[in-house]
Amino acid sequence: MPTVDTDTTRKEIREFIVEAFLFGDESEPFEDGDSFMQQGVIDSTGVLELVLFLEENYSIKVDDEEMTPNNLDSLNNLVAFIQKKKQKKQ
Amino acid sequence: MNFNKDSLKINADQVVEQLCKEVRRQIGRVLKRSGAVVGISGGIDSSVCVALAAKALGPKRVLGVMMPESDSSPESERLARILSEKFGFETIKEDISAGLAGLDCYEKRDEAIRSVFPNYTNKWKNKITIPTNILEKDTFNFFNLTVENLAGEILTERMPVKAYLQVVAASNLKQRLRMTTLYYQAEKYNYAVVGTGNKDEHMQGFFVKYGDGGADLKPIAHLYKIQVYQLAEALGVPEEIIKRTPTTDTYSFEVTQEEFFFGLDFYTMDMLWHALENEVPAAEAAEVLGLTVDQVEHGYSNIKRKIVATEYLRMAPLEIETTK
Repeated sequence: MPTVDTDTTRKEIREFIVEAFLFGDESEPFEDGDSFMQQGVIDSTGVLELVLFLEENYSIKVDDEEMTPNNLDSLNNLVAFIQKKKQKKQ
Repeated sequence: MNFNKDSLKINADQVVEQLCKEVRRQIGRVLKRSGAVVGISGGIDSSVCVALAAKALGPKRVLGVMMPESDSSPESERLARILSEKFGFETIKEDISAGLAGLDCYEKRDEAIRSVFPNYTNKWKNKITIPTNILEKDTFNFFNLTVENLAGEILTERMPVKAYLQVVAASNLKQRLRMTTLYYQAEKYNYAVVGTGNKDEHMQGFFVKYGDGGADLKPIAHLYKIQVYQLAEALGVPEEIIKRTPTTDTYSFEVTQEEFFFGLDFYTMDMLWHALENEVPAAEAAEVLGLTVDQVEHGYSNIKRKIVATEYLRMAPLEIETTK
């Protein structure tokens, strides 16, 4: 049964966020547990772009009721969310 | 603070007097213009602003501009006329449909809608909405596109980001063309443009940057929507306008401001926001408003997030800071 490699997922999402929202500039780093909204990394449109990235790269469908900060508003939350979605699929 | 059901009640007559004085000072002394131009939609905010301007400057120094386009409700024009009769200012009508068509506004919007609903034609109705259950769950705002086809069938899909951005960008041409139209009139008469946004719109970002956000003064941008209603009563704005449900008047399928942007009724939202600003503990606000503590917390989060997420709209162009 395939499992989710959380370290790889974390790295991939971090790379996407740094590239898409910070123009590749890591001079003001964010921690894995930091809220993207509070840190000013992502706004509400950014959340939609993030969801598109997740759906395209991890073959998941983010349902309306899953569009919550608990699932999407930090690197840790995102990794846990993808893991949960993948487990549900199996 | 003593937070109670009447915390946002104002002495409306007194506030009207203060605002009139300030509008006179700003337009005369600060902006050095000789009157005011107000875009009027028949909605409560523009009605209050135009009534205030007429009271402050005299109706002869106020011009109300109606700017309908293909998706506007005909009600808007009728109500605007009632308003001008009541307060005695002159109105003109500038239909911006042809200008918008020249900018391909409708075509660009429809192209984006067809990326979600391929059979969509401009004979169908369309609107964008957000979830309105924001007190039940701490949720991000996402956008649903709802269309009604010719058979009356209603279809809804969550919008992919590209389609959403294109529909909004195309629709924002409407507000930007209205701003351009208002400045034409303002410059022609040496008047100032009055922005009609209230605090809810201004701080939560429910306006178009350089569109309806483009103005010389914003006399009600510090007032909550429910306080604007109190001013409307004090100014004698016709009941028909006060009782009307606020809509965006931007999409062909009528959409209320609650379902398009705020996700909450105005009383609850304004009271929650007032409580949040005054650091009222969630438990206390919950008791006054008849909500659960969780609902209050979700409301607080949603409002805070909107303010942070829309800072960009309120920013003046950024300049590079240099040290002298």
